[in-house]
Amino acid sequence: MSASTAPAGALRRATTAERTRTQRPGRNWGNFGLLVPFGVFYLLFLVGPLVYDVVLSFFNASLVKGGLGSFAGLANYRELFGDHTFWSAMWHTILFTLVSTPPLVLLPLFFAIVVNRIKRGQWFFRLAFFLPYILPSAVIALVWLFLYEPGYGLIDGFFNLIGVGAPGWLSDPNLSIYSIVIVTVWWTLGFNFVLYLAGLQEIPRDLYEASALDGAGRWKQTWRLTIPMLGRTTTLVTVLQIIASLKIFDQVYLILQGGPNYSSRPAIEWIYDTAFTSQRVGYASAASFILFIVILIVSFVWLALIRRQERGV
Amino acid sequence: MAVSAPRRQSPGRGGAQSARAHRDLRSTLFNRGVTGVVIALALLWLVPVAWALDTSVKSENDTIIIPATWNIPHFTFSAYGAVFSASDLGRWYINSAIVAIVVTLLTVVTASMAGYALSRRRFRGKAFFYAAILAGIMIPPQALIVPLFREFQIAHLINSYWALILPQVPAPIAVFIFKKFFDGVPISLEQAAEVDGANWWVSYRRIALPLARPAIAAVSIFTFVWTWNNFLWPFLAATSQTMMTIPAGLGTVIDGVGIINALQMSSAVLGALPLVFVFLLAQRQIVEGVAGTGLK
Repeated sequence: MSASTAPAGALRRATTAERTRTQRPGRNWGNFGLLVPFGVFYLLFLVGPLVYDVVLSFFNASLVKGGLGSFAGLANYRELFGDHTFWSAMWHTILFTLVSTPPLVLLPLFFAIVVNRIKRGQWFFRLAFFLPYILPSAVIALVWLFLYEPGYGLIDGFFNLIGVGAPGWLSDPNLSIYSIVIVTVWWTLGFNFVLYLAGLQEIPRDLYEASALDGAGRWKQTWRLTIPMLGRTTTLVTVLQIIASLKIFDQVYLILQGGPNYSSRPAIEWIYDTAFTSQRVGYASAASFILFIVILIVSFVWLALIRRQERGV
Repeated sequence: MAVSAPRRQSPGRGGAQSARAHRDLRSTLFNRGVTGVVIALALLWLVPVAWALDTSVKSENDTIIIPATWNIPHFTFSAYGAVFSASDLGRWYINSAIVAIVVTLLTVVTASMAGYALSRRRFRGKAFFYAAILAGIMIPPQALIVPLFREFQIAHLINSYWALILPQVPAPIAVFIFKKFFDGVPISLEQAAEVDGANWWVSYRRIALPLARPAIAAVSIFTFVWTWNNFLWPFLAATSQTMMTIPAGLGTVIDGVGIINALQMSSAVLGALPLVFVFLLAQRQIVEGVAGTGLK
């Protein structure tokens, strides 16, 4: 333990190393053993299915017949690249991601900055914004189906009140995805809101005091200090949001069943339909793998962004 | 937030003062306006929930008045009673509770053991295992429904608790949270115990785990909420009404025909109730948990 001048991390490493030297042989098995229970679940239900998915994608596997079916080589992938129903589903997922991400990054940022300044009653805002996030998608779907209901729905009621005809929220194919974006913003904004509130707590108070002494007003402080200091949180929120949006399924399926006329069907629902309705498991597995690769690329871009930000600081 | 601090901090700056006072007044008005907007939006955010509650105590005939009204002409709980008789809601509650509790227990136990091993113990290939688990965070379970379903089909376990529970256990993020937590706890206690001859199990179970209460609380609450809310997998894995969880079961209520608005809203309220309860009980831990997973 002579490393007392080293930083804390190094000290911990040194002591762990020292301790290992004194450990009796055979101890390592116990140490490794602590990983085994998690490892079994991890291999059977996460890595295993992923590998199995890749294997299935090279076969003409079907849902009803057992086994893998005949070897298909790259035929599934080749067919997929020419399948416009798949690409239109992918496009719906990407469109949903493009439209839902900006409001879900910027609105909670605005809410958090304002709420963070309010001294009393912050619990009320956390309740209002975060409560929807913890509700199951099926509850969200029930409530919003009724809100959007033509005629006696509350939203139509409001449009009638201000004397404007309400649009066909769920029946207009050009509008349906945007109606789902509204539902999603309402439902999941609270998670990002809380991330931002936590990020705001990390900004040192004396920075505000210093800038106030320099004569900076609230507005200037927000632009020049708060928003730049929240940079890391904003990156995190953006990437988590993109990944979450790329996985969209529940709301669209429960509210619209991908309709009207497949105009809102997202990638995961296409996979679901192909595997469980058309019963083409191999084909659906190839699509799953492509979606997986897309999400993986986004994750790696995020890691690269974080690295760059950390070097910048 | 009405009184602005800077004014008090700069006494006697003479000429600059009136200009500053003017600017302060303007910025105070602006800030009040912005705060007002956020308060209004927070109230708007509560409207769907309030509307569901309002509708759930109406009679069915009063739910189709045009235009929609907040008035409740005939207050009644009959829709709540109808939910229980028209669906297997009671059974779904039990299924959801069993699945969410068992998944939470298994996740906390396996992830805390793995996190502890990765933070404190030495063994060959540790860096590799840690990297492998971190990489698992990027695997989206939603993209794996097809092979997973196939796996359980082959094992003849579709439509069983096994199918509902097991795939929801491996959460690499939970291992990550526990590892980070143990990294921040001083190691001296365990060293003292090991000098006294404690083995790896005693170190984990008797010393590390009791210290990890905050991490256990955060992981438990999140795992519980996520598992309870998970729709897609239970919807696929439970093929009979009696094996469904609340979200999967409510998914079938949506397909109901006829005028059943009050019934659907009372189903929604009943489906939301356990979570609202958890939220009110553990609001602080949930909020801190979100912050912790994201930032540290």
